[in-house]
Amino acid sequence: MSVKQTIELPQGNLDSGNMLVNIGPQHPATHGVLRLLCELDGETIVQIDPDIGYLHSSFEKLGEFRTWNQIVPLTDRMDYLAPLMYNCVYVMAVEKLMDLKVTERCKVVRVLCMEMERIFSHLLWLGTTAIDVGAFTPFLYAFQERERIYKLHEAFTGARITTSATRIGGMMADLPEGWTDQLRNFVETFPETLDEIDSLLTRNGIHLGRTQGIGTISGSDAVNAGFTGPNLRASGIDYDLRKDRPYYDYETYTFEVPIGKNGDCYDRYLVRMEEMRQSLKILDQALRRLPGGPINVDDPRVSLPSKTDCMNDMESMIHHFKIVTEGVRVPPGDCYFAIEGSKGELGMYVVSDGGEKPVRWRVRPPSFVNLSVLPQLAEGHQVSDLIMINASLDIVLGEIDR
Amino acid sequence: MTEGKVSMIEAMVDVFGSAITGSEIQCGDQQVVHVEPSNNLEILTWLKDTEGYDYDLLLDVTAVDYGSIPGVEVVYQLWSITNKQLLRIKCALPEDSLKIRSVADLWGSANWLEREVYDLFGVQFEGHPDLRRILMPKNYSEGHPLRKDFPLRGRFSREKQTELALKQDYEDYYSPEQLEGFGQRSDD
Amino acid sequence: MGIKDRQNEQLPVAGNSDLTFLTTKVDFVVNWARRNSLWPMPFGTACCAIEMMASAASNFDLARFGMERMSFSPRQADVLICAGRVPYKLAPVLRRTWDQMMQPKWCISMGACASSGGVFDTYSMVQGIDTIVPVDVYVPGCPPRPEGLIYGLMMIQEKIKSESMADHERLRREDPEGAGRPVADSSEVKALTGVFGNSTQQDKFSSLAQTARPGRFKDVLK
Ligand code: SF4
Repeated sequence: MSVKQTIELPQGNLDSGNMLVNIGPQHPATHGVLRLLCELDGETIVQIDPDIGYLHSSFEKLGEFRTWNQIVPLTDRMDYLAPLMYNCVYVMAVEKLMDLKVTERCKVVRVLCMEMERIFSHLLWLGTTAIDVGAFTPFLYAFQERERIYKLHEAFTGARITTSATRIGGMMADLPEGWTDQLRNFVETFPETLDEIDSLLTRNGIHLGRTQGIGTISGSDAVNAGFTGPNLRASGIDYDLRKDRPYYDYETYTFEVPIGKNGDCYDRYLVRMEEMRQSLKILDQALRRLPGGPINVDDPRVSLPSKTDCMNDMESMIHHFKIVTEGVRVPPGDCYFAIEGSKGELGMYVVSDGGEKPVRWRVRPPSFVNLSVLPQLAEGHQVSDLIMINASLDIVLGEIDR
Repeated sequence: MTEGKVSMIEAMVDVFGSAITGSEIQCGDQQVVHVEPSNNLEILTWLKDTEGYDYDLLLDVTAVDYGSIPGVEVVYQLWSITNKQLLRIKCALPEDSLKIRSVADLWGSANWLEREVYDLFGVQFEGHPDLRRILMPKNYSEGHPLRKDFPLRGRFSREKQTELALKQDYEDYYSPEQLEGFGQRSDD
Repeated sequence: MGIKDRQNEQLPVAGNSDLTFLTTKVDFVVNWARRNSLWPMPFGTACCAIEMMASAASNFDLARFGMERMSFSPRQADVLICAGRVPYKLAPVLRRTWDQMMQPKWCISMGACASSGGVFDTYSMVQGIDTIVPVDVYVPGCPPRPEGLIYGLMMIQEKIKSESMADHERLRREDPEGAGRPVADSSEVKALTGVFGNSTQQDKFSSLAQTARPGRFKDVLK
């Protein structure tokens, strides 16, 4: 039995006004707890207002209540995608303020850590971004490889993510036995997976269609907007701190800085893929040159005297007691120190008044500044492209909100 | 290198006179210049646009509350991509007038960074296109958290904080008025 | 259900005469079906969320326990996994997500931050999500390993196993008035969120006077 239905079509003008759509804060495509208020004209974005702060955990305030070394565990909780990198840059800033020269071995170990983290962070970006354009396999491949870096983290520091591996003047411990072999093994076998992911995405029609010409920004606009890191380089500006403001002898490593042309999502993807390969190159060189010797400096301001000394000599005992109970003291002054983080220029600005706690500990957040460009990038694109643009910026909310 | 810096300070003093209140080198190689807050915009424009200096990348805008000195110090970190030079500009604001002119027109990156300083320190940026809280909830009424007189656990008790938090009504922000100029750009 | 009610709760006793042969069999089947097809709702915010993703990825593979279908919509989810820090700004979002979930539902609090605030005893952080939503399983760690999360999920499965239809009314009771409100009343919040150890390194800037002190916990809970 069929009943013929007539549908009343609304008469007169349909309401064709703009729509307001709320994405987040709990949405899988926002890569964290980001909230985007979008004004849409049909499917097209008219304007966006990103609302952040849903993960504001007051790191900077908390740092003012912690002694200098106690801040290290906070740094890796800030960017959980590249924890060792944050550990390193924080102590590097404090060491610079104290005018403390770390040992050669420590330098190379930190370079190893930082380059490993670049791959670690880019892999997560790769996996989750691929999901956003509808490819699930790269996620599984990427996490398989990340799992190996997790193991390296764990072997070195005992934790998978919250590493807290650095101390002012060195590392928490020297590398465990056999660690470098494992890392070497990773360096040798990882390109295979990278090639596989590369063949899945780089020439994939869908991926090209979703990324090319999407979210384009010109070089000068990118500089004005404060872009740094792979995002800036994708727009054709050659600014890499490892080359332009070298630290830890980066000038002596041979590697190239990939530069994009168009500044769109696809170029950002290409730049990151190439950066991983370059990081492998640096890792390889660093592994070759890893010198022996002590990993921690022998400086009475930061290092504890040996147990034997403490037992035999009153001065050392007092010294030991002072460092343990009061913590390290940092001379008055301020220092801005930045490294090329996985997401951009990662700076730490520390201000000391000579006490055992900082007056101010400020993080120059690369993804915070990168995210602020999102409204500009997404205007005029479709909603589905917004997801891709947001993913291509490689944000981490822990560090944006701090 | 050092010579270039010295001459830059001299050039700045030549142009701005007493608005440059001091300069120092921190940590061996970090140039710091103290300037009068009332001249911040001119000085930063000059640094950005003058041939030979070209501080085109504004890395950071932040502030420091020393606690021992009343007031807040606003800090700008600049970088010149062409000359590979880092520069730090500091403006000390007195406690009774936490006001400074915004540089959001010069650099896009200043927009959010200034909003953050406003949110956490309560510094008013005059001429900022959209100065409102960015990290803390919109109805946050405990003050500006990074000031030294703000307790670590907040001013209110945990009960009150929990209660207020759950009173936040997200529907409030989920309205066309939320976006400035909603619906105005659709007809063209 | 607040913490106080829980203390007076009647626990089911074995051999309870209400349970007939039929209901136990039905319980068995229902619980078996339920516990092997849990759909988690991942409420991931910070570092712990990365470990949650690692548990879902190939090495740890949540799918082995019938949980491969991460339900990003609360309407279709059974278990809320709150992984990571929850600041006050996010609290109403968490509460709403919980309110939107259908009964029967369970909640896992993953990590030190979600369970107690963790290292962040600061102005912006909720000191334990159990003040906002009722929690069934706490997974300790900072972050917990994926095995830890999986163990927590299996504890939920154990919990489901021992549920009975006869208890349905009591276990699944929900007060519509309570939507959007904290589950803990103010005295409970006070008791749960006091300064712990040297979590704030009390000095002249932190507000000791305004916070509950450890010694007062017992009286408050009575
Ligand atoms: S418990 Fe630890 S790992 Fe988990 S969110 Fe908190 S700080 Fe991060």
